[in-house]
Amino acid sequence: MSVVLMDAVTLGRVIGRMAHEIAERNPDSDTLCLVGLQRGGVSLARRLSVILSGILGHAVPAGSLDVSLYRDDLDRRVAPEIRPTEVPFDPSDRDIVLVDDVLFTGRTTRAALDALSDLGRPRRIQLAVLIDRGNRELPIRADFTGKVVVTTLQQAIRVHLTEGGGNDSVFLEDL
Amino acid sequence: MNWNRRHLLDVRTLSADELGLILSTAKAFKAVSSRAIKKVPALRGKTVVNLFVEPSTRTRISFELAAQRLSADVINFTAEASSLKKGETLKDTLRNLEALNADFVILRHGASGAAHYLARFARCHIVNAGDGAHEHPTQGLLDLFTINERKGRIEGLNITILGDILYSRVARSNIWALLRLGARVTLCGPSTLVPKVFETLHPGIRVSWNLESALKDADVVNLLRIQHERQRASAFPSIGEYASLFGLNATRAGWIRPDALIMHPGPINRGVEIESGVADGGQSVILEQVTNGLAVRMAVLFLLNGGQSSELGL
Repeated sequence: MSVVLMDAVTLGRVIGRMAHEIAERNPDSDTLCLVGLQRGGVSLARRLSVILSGILGHAVPAGSLDVSLYRDDLDRRVAPEIRPTEVPFDPSDRDIVLVDDVLFTGRTTRAALDALSDLGRPRRIQLAVLIDRGNRELPIRADFTGKVVVTTLQQAIRVHLTEGGGNDSVFLEDL
Repeated sequence: MNWNRRHLLDVRTLSADELGLILSTAKAFKAVSSRAIKKVPALRGKTVVNLFVEPSTRTRISFELAAQRLSADVINFTAEASSLKKGETLKDTLRNLEALNADFVILRHGASGAAHYLARFARCHIVNAGDGAHEHPTQGLLDLFTINERKGRIEGLNITILGDILYSRVARSNIWALLRLGARVTLCGPSTLVPKVFETLHPGIRVSWNLESALKDADVVNLLRIQHERQRASAFPSIGEYASLFGLNATRAGWIRPDALIMHPGPINRGVEIESGVADGGQSVILEQVTNGLAVRMAVLFLLNGGQSSELGL
């Protein structure tokens, strides 16, 4: 079974609201940068960057980060495909917002914190997620959340974005 | 594409998809090597043993650094200073290393098939780092990576491999990788070292004893070292004669197209298979091969380390 959690209009409004919250909570916007986690967070970070640039009146850089090499389950699963890490700025002394589409166990976020630390020493790291689906296995929470959805382990969240070739939408599916 | 192999024993049995996965993974590791912090925790807590029964410096150093960059612990085990000299069998040596909980054994051995032999009963991952005149998989893969990075493709390229083909495991690993991805391979050198029978291996292989024709339409010229140590009887009268007939000097380098790459697995013998000016010239990618070798070996260790099934929701 598949349930629509967000259509294109709702998704656009939610991302816009998240951008305003990020702007509100980061008054020193000169040092604000976004880093999207591969794969789902990269397009979201780019969209947030465009909206934030409009709100703040200056460019807000966005990068991408692949955390595969920092995962804690590498010898338990097939070796993951490594996607590009492109952070076109030195993260040191910046306010970084990590962006991901879905927050689930928290293990990806933990790996991202390690990966980002190897690139520099940010002044502050915040976390923005489109969907928080609960079921955390680590003490991690998001600073900016699009929508909280109660899920079971037998369900999956599918986020489709036009950049990936679909229509903007979010589904909750039974596995 | 999922990687499901426990060992890397040869290139011949790798599919085009597996080769593509190794290339894309190596590309990611090359980017890691250009960062300020070049180390990642992917193999933290794992033990890699370099079991080099035949001498080698550069391959061992490359594997050692690859393992260290992945945060693994590394032990170097060389034949000269080991119990193999005291009569221990290769199988017993492996059993002992496994008793120390080695996760990877990188094997360099003078006997063709040595890595396949160990893989029959090994519990750890076996990586063939050169077995006799059979294969040197990571060298073939790093040559493939270098060509693909510089040329943007493999399919349709003309690759000339020049030198001691008969005794060269590097040539064999190169041949299998290049043919699998659709290149055409020309083998060239003295007829004693480049027998015509190689053409029967695959329709994509051509044997030529004419240096000028082998060089002039090549997109890549891969030179091989003369393997003194593997020739039982001399295949040519003298090193000087080899250099005068097949050495890549400035005149012969002029036959090569200006956009072609000149490669060599090292160590180079300046003045024998290649003249200094050519080795250090603009078409030479010899040192890039060394850099890429590190990335390819990191990729191989990383892929082999993976488990067998995908986890939920990742």
